[in-house]
Amino acid sequence: MFAPVYFDHNATTPLDARVLEGMLPYLAAHYGNASSRHEYGRAARRAIDEARQRVACAVGAHPTEVVFTSGGSEANNLFIKGAAACLTPGVVAISAIEHPCVREPAQQLSHDGWVVREIAVTEDGRVAGADFHAVLEERPALVSVMLANNETGAVQDIAALAARAKPTGAWFHTDAVQALGKLPLDFRAMNSAGVHALTLSAHKSGGPKGAGALVVDKRVELRPLIAGGGHERGLRSGTENVAAIVGFGLAAEFAANRLDERARHFVQLRAELEAGLAAQGAAIFSVAAGRLANTSYFAFPGIDGETLVGRLDRAGFAVAAGAACSAANPEPSHVLLAMGIASSLARGAVRVSLGADNTAAQIRDFLAALKTTILQLKGLTALTS
Amino acid sequence: MNQAGMKLPVYLDYSATTPVDPRVAAKMIPWLTEHFGNPASRSHVYGWEAEKAVEEAREEVAALVGADSKEIIWTSGATESNNLAIKGAAHFYAGTKGKHIITVSTEHKAVLDTVKELERQGFEATYLVPQENGLITIEQFKAALRPDTSVVSVMAVNNEIGVIQPLAELGEICRDKGVIFHVDAAQATGKMPIDLSTLKVDLMSFCAHKTYGPKGIGALYVRRKPRIRLEAQMHGGGHERGMRSGTLATHQIIGMGESFRLARVEMATENERIRMLRDKLLKGLLDIEETYVNGDIEQRVPHNLNVSFNFVEGESLIMAVKDIAVSSGSACTSASLEPSYVLRSLGRSDELAHSSIRFTLGRFTTEQEIDFTIKLLHDKLGKLRELSPLWEMYKEGVDLSTVQWAAH
Repeated sequence: MFAPVYFDHNATTPLDARVLEGMLPYLAAHYGNASSRHEYGRAARRAIDEARQRVACAVGAHPTEVVFTSGGSEANNLFIKGAAACLTPGVVAISAIEHPCVREPAQQLSHDGWVVREIAVTEDGRVAGADFHAVLEERPALVSVMLANNETGAVQDIAALAARAKPTGAWFHTDAVQALGKLPLDFRAMNSAGVHALTLSAHKSGGPKGAGALVVDKRVELRPLIAGGGHERGLRSGTENVAAIVGFGLAAEFAANRLDERARHFVQLRAELEAGLAAQGAAIFSVAAGRLANTSYFAFPGIDGETLVGRLDRAGFAVAAGAACSAANPEPSHVLLAMGIASSLARGAVRVSLGADNTAAQIRDFLAALKTTILQLKGLTALTS
Repeated sequence: MNQAGMKLPVYLDYSATTPVDPRVAAKMIPWLTEHFGNPASRSHVYGWEAEKAVEEAREEVAALVGADSKEIIWTSGATESNNLAIKGAAHFYAGTKGKHIITVSTEHKAVLDTVKELERQGFEATYLVPQENGLITIEQFKAALRPDTSVVSVMAVNNEIGVIQPLAELGEICRDKGVIFHVDAAQATGKMPIDLSTLKVDLMSFCAHKTYGPKGIGALYVRRKPRIRLEAQMHGGGHERGMRSGTLATHQIIGMGESFRLARVEMATENERIRMLRDKLLKGLLDIEETYVNGDIEQRVPHNLNVSFNFVEGESLIMAVKDIAVSSGSACTSASLEPSYVLRSLGRSDELAHSSIRFTLGRFTTEQEIDFTIKLLHDKLGKLRELSPLWEMYKEGVDLSTVQWAAH
């Protein structure tokens, strides 16, 4: 295969070689079902327990607070629907820039009498303090605000938001899928501030697809999404995906290590990237907000994002025009629209999300390719207009 | 006995889970390493190649069961498939067809707990109790149908006793009555032919890890003609045509595709070999006195043998046969000491249910392992019964059912 430079780490990441090594025995000799009582089963159970320890340790939680799921989407669905099912319908408040796997479950609740209240964000993609205050006045029963946005990389001060929400008694959830491995996570500290649940996914930080977790304060009553057999303390039934869970444990552990070193690497690369982008006339989104250091989201006025990523792909660079999950959707990013970005500019959005293996040379090559591409596209635009 | 080359404990628990076939694992690994893209990424080759591989795997899953690949929805496993099928159909059709569900008391917990959840939400359920052989009858089923019956869920192959329910006949009746028919086929793929082009089944649950594929991946067949609708249970990016959101685990999907392809190609010969081994095990165990087979022996997959040994205590029996990895009751519930609800449903006494062992054979079971197992059971049962006062009384001709036990 022709292998373009991979700049789409917020969509998914390559599997860490050490994670693969840890997983392989569970795709071979250690194949037991963790519910079986014989040695094959017990070996699988021990591996899951160990992975639960690793995940808990990586995010500062207690192992019994970790509920394994098939991924981040399921964990978000489990929290939103599972908590709502145990509450009297009321207001569910979510930020206007949530991932569809928080937005859609929240929308579903409206069929059961819930009112969905979106919390406005600033032009930098941060939760707008005044509107958050107004939302709290509406006494929400559930609040979900993502820790770091998958498109812009904008990071919210979750602990501060949760602390403000605490007097309302709402369950406060944060989707931390994009934060694992990029920011330090301390569930215990967040929990003291008022965060009750946190969603994680393995494949966004060097782990396999097919594993995620809801880290949840045990005071939160949840109705399971998937019934049958009572696995995961009854919160998530189904034979455990041992190999992926083992991989998740290792990936979480590696992700929590050397965070600073990785962040420094990203900061340097992105500074070089964004200096080049600015010089070429790009508008960079959320630049004034605290962002994930690996993420840069930008647009060139008058240039269609889909077209640009297509050209960049042919030039050897894998980037994204929007979130991978909604890439089939031709509408401009709901995140940018919520930030008040004009839809004409939002249609041009391109996301570069870096990984540990990306290099400064790749950034320079990318900027050179981008320059050529933009000139070509501008030429075309000039001809057709 | 020569045990050279035989790994202990001998694995005879293929219905709990199977090893990943090495050919399947080999096919999966490149999708964990160099081909790591998100199949939903539409802007680069990493995403495109993953999406293409996912669609090829979908074709393989469809091919094993005579379905169209457009009728296959990926899930995280059979438990999720069962939840999606039963809740999804019950909710979607509640307003038009009614709120009555029929299932069987010997279904897997993934079905029973799902139906219980629906009962909590205001649906009504009928649990058919099978005959002593584990099978339900058509008459019994017809009698349970009501005008407001909307969904029927009957498993293809029972996980504990391996019996095959009369799917074709049930399907005809359901279609005739306009009732949605769901089948949990987690234990059936690769063990019996399934042809959805003739079977009148509307929804069918599958998983990979009982058929030499990886854990964490399953599928739901959703019929297109006539079209069956579902209410999604997991919402988000709209993957799987809106029926199941969440990033697709490419390597697991590839593994499921390959495992189902191998099942299609190898099923006929493999099952004959397994049947021969199972029959040898059956004969060897029935040579032991007071041994009872649970479930119909004819209407059954060749992989399963479930036997109760009278006059031994269940826990001691399991402890005594540590050199074989077997299950007493299904894996998902065997952590509890309750006797198997499946065997209880068949009318077995607590004692016989407790002293049952499920032997499930598979692709890597050898004749040497079966010989070893037969000898092991003969030896251990002999020893356990030597110590059993019940056995002694039985041998002395005491009718134990008439004994008045003193409380103490």
